Amino acid sequence: MLNRTRRVLVTLLTGGSAVWTGKRLVLAHFWFAFAGFGGALLLGEWQMFIRSPLAAWIGDPELYYRSVTAHGTTMAYVFPTLVAMGFGYFVTEQSLKRPLIGLHWAWFGWALAVIGTIMVIVPIALGRASVLYTFYPPMVGNAFYYIGFVLVVVGSWIWVALMSVNLYRWKRDNPGAPVPFPMFATVAGSLLWGWTAVGAALEVLFQIIPVALGWRDTIDPGLARVLFSWTLHAIVYFWLIPSYIAYYTIVPRAIGGRLFSDTMGRISFALFLVVAMPIGIHHTFEDPQVGAGFKYLHSVFTALVTVPTLLTVFTICASVEIAGRLRGGKGVFGWLGALPWRNPAMLGIALSFVMLGFGGAGGIINMSYQLDATIHNTQWITGHFHLIFAGAIVIMYFVIAYDTWPHLTGRGLDCLGLMRAQLWLWCIGMIVLTFPWHWVGILGMPRRMAFYDYTNPEIAREAVPVIMSVIGGAILVVSAVLFFIVLLCGQTAPRSEPEAYRFSVAVRPPRRVPAALNGLGLWLGLMIALTIVNYGFPIAHAIATPGTAVPAIMVGERR
Amino acid sequence: MSEERVASLRNRWFTTSVGLAAAIALVGFLIGFLWLPLAQPGERFRGVWDAICSAAGLLHTPASSEQIVAADHPTTRVEVIPQMLDGADAVSIGRGATLALRCTMCHGARGLSEANSPNLAGQYSIAIYKQLVDFKTGARVSAVMAPLAADLSESDMRDLAAYYAYLPRLSDSSAIHPPRIVASGAPLRGIAPCGACHGEVGAKAGAAWLEGQPVAYLRTQLEAFASGARRNDIDEAMRNVARAMTPQEIDAASRYYAEHP
Repeated sequence: MLNRTRRVLVTLLTGGSAVWTGKRLVLAHFWFAFAGFGGALLLGEWQMFIRSPLAAWIGDPELYYRSVTAHGTTMAYVFPTLVAMGFGYFVTEQSLKRPLIGLHWAWFGWALAVIGTIMVIVPIALGRASVLYTFYPPMVGNAFYYIGFVLVVVGSWIWVALMSVNLYRWKRDNPGAPVPFPMFATVAGSLLWGWTAVGAALEVLFQIIPVALGWRDTIDPGLARVLFSWTLHAIVYFWLIPSYIAYYTIVPRAIGGRLFSDTMGRISFALFLVVAMPIGIHHTFEDPQVGAGFKYLHSVFTALVTVPTLLTVFTICASVEIAGRLRGGKGVFGWLGALPWRNPAMLGIALSFVMLGFGGAGGIINMSYQLDATIHNTQWITGHFHLIFAGAIVIMYFVIAYDTWPHLTGRGLDCLGLMRAQLWLWCIGMIVLTFPWHWVGILGMPRRMAFYDYTNPEIAREAVPVIMSVIGGAILVVSAVLFFIVLLCGQTAPRSEPEAYRFSVAVRPPRRVPAALNGLGLWLGLMIALTIVNYGFPIAHAIATPGTAVPAIMVGERR
Repeated sequence: MSEERVASLRNRWFTTSVGLAAAIALVGFLIGFLWLPLAQPGERFRGVWDAICSAAGLLHTPASSEQIVAADHPTTRVEVIPQMLDGADAVSIGRGATLALRCTMCHGARGLSEANSPNLAGQYSIAIYKQLVDFKTGARVSAVMAPLAADLSESDMRDLAAYYAYLPRLSDSSAIHPPRIVASGAPLRGIAPCGACHGEVGAKAGAAWLEGQPVAYLRTQLEAFASGARRNDIDEAMRNVARAMTPQEIDAASRYYAEHP
């Protein structure tokens, strides 16, 4: 208590720059997230190897599905959620320049996520929950798996609530002042997650857990898939948002430039909130229980997601150009050469944009009702979301870690060469992994199978690209090893007091922001309204249609 | 707070964003629910409302001409649910033991056959129950079993199933490596691994435990599925598999299960 009072006093005396109560909280989130990432990455590479022509057919395919479930569950639910939570707490303290409200609650949320993760992993390892991370009813696994998932989500909802509470209190204490942009964006991401997690939570709580506990024998897979699609697409934007925050608020400052437009940033995040939700049914294009009209409507809104992404690409390129010109770059393209390419943040965002470009182009094919039919449930899809998430998004998680590490550990982090090598290897590995995946997907290779008969002439030509993917995965493993070496270097470097953390400053720092862009109420309202318009009828129809429930298949019950 | 009100018709941000969202949803609705369905040449809608209902995913009521075609042979009436026979008690098992006295001639005193008829000891109760019902209804044809099953009541069949499931299986001590058809199937011919349903990799409700069954019985059944002589399998799963199997694979699978008690 005394310590805290002193810290507040220091804060007041130094004008609010030295606020920092949550170092250990953020570090705990990051370390747990990255530990899960490291383990799941090894599983992923094992999967790549075991299903390639380099290995004999796996004798027990169950082991493969166990591994896929563990890899997907960790990478999709634990890793990005913990990164977003930790980075959210970091942004809250650093941008509002005051201690986090609800530090104990934040630790409680972290503990729930940790306990939940353990509850999820144990049944998977025992072979009692090989249902893949998309759950896929009527397959039903051990109840602990789902309860663990719920605990992770509840832990993250504590974070969602804390973000809004901190913003609300700050606005109350600073009436009329513009909300710092990093905080605006973080709260937008937290609200998006809070709402998008509702779909899977409804599915798990009301459909799956009653069956897993033996209270019911049947389940409606059509309804389950629609509810899951509610979560399944917007969750990608939730993963994306920490990376976009890094684009806007870390990179321009790190490379010595200015953010081109604060308003454009706010509009982008507000648009993400609105258009990320009413689009998930493009994941069920081939499902008979959803009407073609709603599939079309979701396709239209999916197309709109390109708008905030293109706004971001434009704004960030303009911001980077400012840095290039400030460093003396001239002419139409001359500023490109003047950029600090040896700076990990610069390299990271450039590689991220490359992967975002290819991945985004592939995504436009997925969202088209007609083109999707060609690549639905093939390796193309696996390639697509690895390129976007594991590539464009996760590479920015690395940049976030590198940028915040000195402020979290109080120790310097200067192994820039290792960082550059790590980022390069991650991008090269991801491209070598995913481009062949896209190709074999077009050839018709189904995803999520434990083995393929490459001796058959029909699929023999898929053998070489699959081997390339295995090599890409191995490069990613090397890159991850470098990443951990860098982090450990940072933890063991001599102590040094870093200067106060700064976010990017806009060319014209906002003095007054329209109320609509200084809070998220309007966008939250639109998000919920569009969700109801686009999901209300399909869900109500699925619930009201009789005779759609089928017997549940208990996974791993007996052998 | 001195900020202007957001949710007000005088706030341009509010009117523009809500108006745009509504306009996009409306145009999307008009195209997706009216224009596209009506532009499909193959669809026969009875008016605009019918097209909208179809696009919304409402089920078409079949026109009177679309009659459901009945099969020309008896089909199974058992709806298999994994938990359907859970909770058999000692009374049920005891009644089953008494009823089973008339089965011993072929299936052995303790459910272990010496006459190339299936071993029933330790068989899944659902598998036994389903076959008994199918013999009774004629979904599965057998000159021997049909008259025996004809006068079994529902509870008789449940008791028999409970009794045989309760008996100990042949003990498993050998470690033979399963042939490829059992462990991996044949992916390109649409054959799932035998072991995925019948033990070794996994077990599915309704599928029988095959280990230790007589080789002659297994081979005959696979050939009967392939020829269509036996057709009481759920969703034609076994007929589709057996039709695609080569004689060598039928032999390998039968031998493996027979020699692997």
